[in-house]
Amino acid sequence: MNAPDNERIELTPKQKKAQRARNLAIALSLATFVIILYVATWSKLGSNLFNRPL
Amino acid sequence: MARTQANPIEQPSDVSLLSAAMPGDYFQLLKPRVMSLVVFTALIGLIMAPGSISPVVGVVAILCIAIGAGASGALNMWYDADIDAVMQRTLRRPIPAGQVGASEALAFGLVLSLFSVMTMGVLVNWLAASLLAFTIFFYVVIYTMWLKRSTPQNIVIGGAAGAFPPMIGWAAVTGSVSIESIVLFAIIFIWTPPHFWALALYKAGDYDKANIPMMPNIAGAASTRRQILFYTLVLAVTAVLPTWLGFASMAYGVIAGLLGVVFVGLAWTLWNSPLNDKEYKNEKRLFGFSIFYLFVIFGALGIDAIVQRVFP
Repeated sequence: MNAPDNERIELTPKQKKAQRARNLAIALSLATFVIILYVATWSKLGSNLFNRPL
Repeated sequence: MARTQANPIEQPSDVSLLSAAMPGDYFQLLKPRVMSLVVFTALIGLIMAPGSISPVVGVVAILCIAIGAGASGALNMWYDADIDAVMQRTLRRPIPAGQVGASEALAFGLVLSLFSVMTMGVLVNWLAASLLAFTIFFYVVIYTMWLKRSTPQNIVIGGAAGAFPPMIGWAAVTGSVSIESIVLFAIIFIWTPPHFWALALYKAGDYDKANIPMMPNIAGAASTRRQILFYTLVLAVTAVLPTWLGFASMAYGVIAGLLGVVFVGLAWTLWNSPLNDKEYKNEKRLFGFSIFYLFVIFGALGIDAIVQRVFP
């Protein structure tokens, strides 16, 4: 039997606030991770990054 | 030893049990105080290692070690949630306190373990990554899942997990393991039993309640005190090895020697003190000094390495 379309979980204000904070923390962590990879790649390869046959 | 059945954490079955965990609760899963010691000793290993490393790669290496150590802390809290819930010292950790679900902690720990090891491998080198992976495995599987609940030698063998960070820092720079990094490992490895047993002596009731076979609970306080004295004697000798082997100065050797004498003196005092002291003054003093000791020993090694580079 299918559940009615209008049946959904409603988070409490505290849960909503925590969910938003967690989402923000995950976004910041991922952004930091991307920046670290970018900077570390530049740092390791330097000008060799462009040293490839075209 | 069977796991106790005190774990209050179940999967959420209705909206009231859905997570209200804040990012700070997840941060607590990383055991930030343990992590800070790990970062410190890893940094010293990295500073002492011969050769050079790009500052950016050095920061990445330390970050990976910190996250890897934190991940193993989260996995430890996931597995030990049942005993954490019955011990006064660990009662307020995020899982027994009901702030984070056990499965969330497991996923968090696994993801961070994978990311820290892979990032270390790709951006630093694969030996450092392998050592980091082994450290996480050793702490979670060998220590937490196996030794902790089955033998009073748990923290003697398990102490290896906490001793690896300077070796990883060293390997991040050199891409190798050498006698110098093994000595750094040995200092923390031998330091661990007197440090933890001093704590276990005045928290014996807690460990008893949780059914954890710590040395004082199994062998008694007198035997534990004797073993603490033995390990501090070995530690006092091991800590001067960097000077004896020629990779630290005489100034470091003098500092390590003096600190070793004080450490042995405190262990001696504890060994000779009456067993009925319920304030545990000597145990607490030894525990506090052990933290100070490791901090000064590694701080001195780090300063010594910097001075030797600036004034060769």
